[in-house]
Amino acid sequence: MLKILKYSLSDMMRSRWIYIYTLFYLLLTTALFWLSPDLSKVIISLMNIILVLSPLIAALFSTLYFQQSREFTELLLAQPVRRSSIFWGQYFGVALSMSLSLLTGLGVPFLFYGLLVSGEIWNFLVLLFAGIILSLIFSGLAYYIALKTENKIKGFSLTILLWLFFAVIYDGLFLLILVLFNDYPLDKFALGASLFNPINLARVLILLKLDISALMGYTGAVFQQFLGSAPGMSIAVASLLVWAALPVWGIRRVAMKKDF
Amino acid sequence: MKNFMVLQFWLLLLSAHPALGGVVEVGPDGPYPTIRSAIEAAHSGDRIIVCPGIYREGQIIVDKMVSILGEGQPVLDGEGRSEILTIIADSVRVSGLVVQNVGISYMEDRAGIRVRKAKNFVIEENTLINTFFGIYLEHAGSGVIRHNKIRGEAVQENASGNAIHLWYCRNIRVDQNQVSGHRDGIYLEFVDSSVIANNLSTNNLRYGLHFMFSNGDDYFGNRFSGNGAGVAVMFSKKINMWENVFEQNWGRASYGLLLKEIYDAAIYRNTFHENTIGIHLEGCGRIKYSHNDFANNGWALKMAGGCLENTFTENNFVSNTFDLSTDSNTDDNHYDGNYWSEYAGYDLDRDEVGDVPYHPVKLFSFVVSRTPESIVLLRSVFVDLINFSEKVSPLFTPANVADHSPRMKYISWQEIQLK
Amino acid sequence: MIQIQNLSKSFHKNQVLSSLDLEISQPGVFAVLGPNGSGKTTLIKCILGMVIPDSGQIRYQGASITNEWKYRAAISYLPQIARFPENLTVNELLQMIRDIRDQAARAEEIIHLFGIEPWLNSRLGTLSGGTRQKVNLVLAFMYDNPVIIMDEPTAGLDPVALIRLKDLIQAERQKGKIILVTTHVMNFVEEMANEIVFLLDGRIRFRGELAALKRRCGEPTLERAIAKLLQGECLEAGPAAGKTAAENPDKGFFQPKTEIPCSRY
Repeated sequence: MLKILKYSLSDMMRSRWIYIYTLFYLLLTTALFWLSPDLSKVIISLMNIILVLSPLIAALFSTLYFQQSREFTELLLAQPVRRSSIFWGQYFGVALSMSLSLLTGLGVPFLFYGLLVSGEIWNFLVLLFAGIILSLIFSGLAYYIALKTENKIKGFSLTILLWLFFAVIYDGLFLLILVLFNDYPLDKFALGASLFNPINLARVLILLKLDISALMGYTGAVFQQFLGSAPGMSIAVASLLVWAALPVWGIRRVAMKKDF
Repeated sequence: MKNFMVLQFWLLLLSAHPALGGVVEVGPDGPYPTIRSAIEAAHSGDRIIVCPGIYREGQIIVDKMVSILGEGQPVLDGEGRSEILTIIADSVRVSGLVVQNVGISYMEDRAGIRVRKAKNFVIEENTLINTFFGIYLEHAGSGVIRHNKIRGEAVQENASGNAIHLWYCRNIRVDQNQVSGHRDGIYLEFVDSSVIANNLSTNNLRYGLHFMFSNGDDYFGNRFSGNGAGVAVMFSKKINMWENVFEQNWGRASYGLLLKEIYDAAIYRNTFHENTIGIHLEGCGRIKYSHNDFANNGWALKMAGGCLENTFTENNFVSNTFDLSTDSNTDDNHYDGNYWSEYAGYDLDRDEVGDVPYHPVKLFSFVVSRTPESIVLLRSVFVDLINFSEKVSPLFTPANVADHSPRMKYISWQEIQLK
Repeated sequence: MIQIQNLSKSFHKNQVLSSLDLEISQPGVFAVLGPNGSGKTTLIKCILGMVIPDSGQIRYQGASITNEWKYRAAISYLPQIARFPENLTVNELLQMIRDIRDQAARAEEIIHLFGIEPWLNSRLGTLSGGTRQKVNLVLAFMYDNPVIIMDEPTAGLDPVALIRLKDLIQAERQKGKIILVTTHVMNFVEEMANEIVFLLDGRIRFRGELAALKRRCGEPTLERAIAKLLQGECLEAGPAAGKTAAENPDKGFFQPKTEIPCSRY
């Protein structure tokens, strides 16, 4: 698998889009620092962008890469290589290069603006973790969809729809239910519903760092327990890891059966 | 030889304080092994020197104008049975004592040191440990409580007392005390014209500082940290509050400062940092807020129940989850000239004042106040979308709540001299 | 060496292979023939594990290939359409395959044979169809593997390259390899093939030597014999069609079943 990963990575590195993506984060972060040198403010501004953009870009890259590397895949399939290695190698190639983009695009300006001497290093790491894990999850989901659908346009549309669902629609429905059923105890539902959306999970993770003062204002006992930082953090991280593992498992399942 | 040394010591003290009267020494091995016996022997104006040791006596009544001065941290232990020192004479001074173990009582408000109907007292540099109520003043006036450390182990609100408790007092100065682990750090009820300054009040169950029906008081330079709630000021007039720090008051309905039915107060140069609510206002009017910092709070300001004619100028609102929430649709308060880190407007004429108004009330804070669970959707795209659409065309939030001259930069009030 | 039993595969509702049996146990060149869509490529991809059959068994040297991958080290494959990662150069592609396969290779020899040295540093996307096919051939012949599978190897080749290819195949056959070829070029079959495997509607409808086919169909040329097969004449039926002639002497399928006389020869 490592050999395949190596070639997928070097293949990604040839694409100029990955550099444009990295450059985008570099410029964005630098611009935010230019507007306000306050690290925590930059982290908050970046959070909104990363939570929305990194899954979308990761999903699009993943779909495009898979669709464009069909020849490469066919070539590899005839070689004495394990099937799952090929697909995992390719998936990790995309996911890793997305993560590297994020790491460079955010990391360099933050280091330059004194991340290491500020008290914000944990908040930054949480933000970075959220961005990377979302990239992994959405690369995986998109890859899974691309494997499942023969039709390129259909695969592409499904991927975008999936992102739209998790990024916006889910929260809209969520809020609607909360407001409509206002009279019922909803704290368990609210926490449960957060677990089923990776973007929500990543957001809660960051909230626990940045907005703990407001979160602690909520009255429900379950909430208090969950948000009491340490358990909340661990559950959110664990759920995110499950989310990241799911598509990897799905890719293997589909890849073992797919015809080329 | 020993007698000579003692004599020399007495002479020394007398020569140093010729105006004061005699000295009575309390020590385990001396003629006065208990403080009670020393007070009995002393005359008005005498000084009672308490030597190191543990004095297991309670219910000591100080009914003479004496100074009780601990040397080398003598310990007065109530063994959990009774109140320890009760001062009923004027001009008493108590210092350098360690007062401990009063014991919890559900019947009476026992205290480590009580002043009842007395004036001109000084209570300083004492350490009070586990004293239920620490220093308890009733009908007292013109006294000073300073440099005391009062430590409790309160677990339950109804089974705990206040570290410094003032009831029907005037002209009291409470200065540079450290209070922790009680119900309220400092409690004032019917206390007028007093000063609470430079105290550190931490980890108390209810409030760091609590005002009830007290008028014309000042409190400044205090730090309130990790209490159930920082400071509650209720039903009081003309209170000035400045240069205090309110931080990390977390919990449901917890706040840095609660103002309930407060009029004509001034609140300036305070720091509100990491509180669930910075200031919670209920039915308050004619209060001036200026040069305060509100940073990283859940809600910087939460208003309820008809707050009128409050003026907020030159405050800094930095990285709060919500800057302001209000439950009424009409608002008669003024918010002009503050710095808001959330402000996304521009300043084309470069006069450091934003060219478009800032609306500190977000639709989502309105939603959260009705459906608290929705707080988990904070900072999601959908919430940003509804906030944005509300900003464009306000339907639910009061349109007149706005800063018409928002400042572009943090206002460095620390550099402005206090008049 | 290769045993295929009861192999079935359908794509959606389209049955491509139905209960196909085929056994190749001795070396030689086997031409897999059949009309478009008869399942030739699917059969080959099944052998390579690129297409997963619905049912049936494929064994290589007695062991099932289901979920296996190591056996592919013994197979050289030339795919039908030479599709490569477009932004790699020829050299990078060869290097990559060598890195992945990690076997002794003779790439330079084949490169020289087909004369593609000038393109070694060109991107694959910029190559002409014929040159791509030559690169394809290099990948197929650079390893000394006991099995070579080629899907339309002659596509796009110029006459010189075609002759070189034929020579190569001859040489490989001399080494005692199994060479499976699909093609539509009958001359090529006539010249190269030891045996013909004819597929129609997902089944093997003829298996045997060229002469046997001609005899059976009563046609002087392979082209005409195949044309007859395509028209549904002189086909074999039954499950034994995939077996070698030697294993089914009693069936006697050198004898024509139809009434077409062989006496013209």
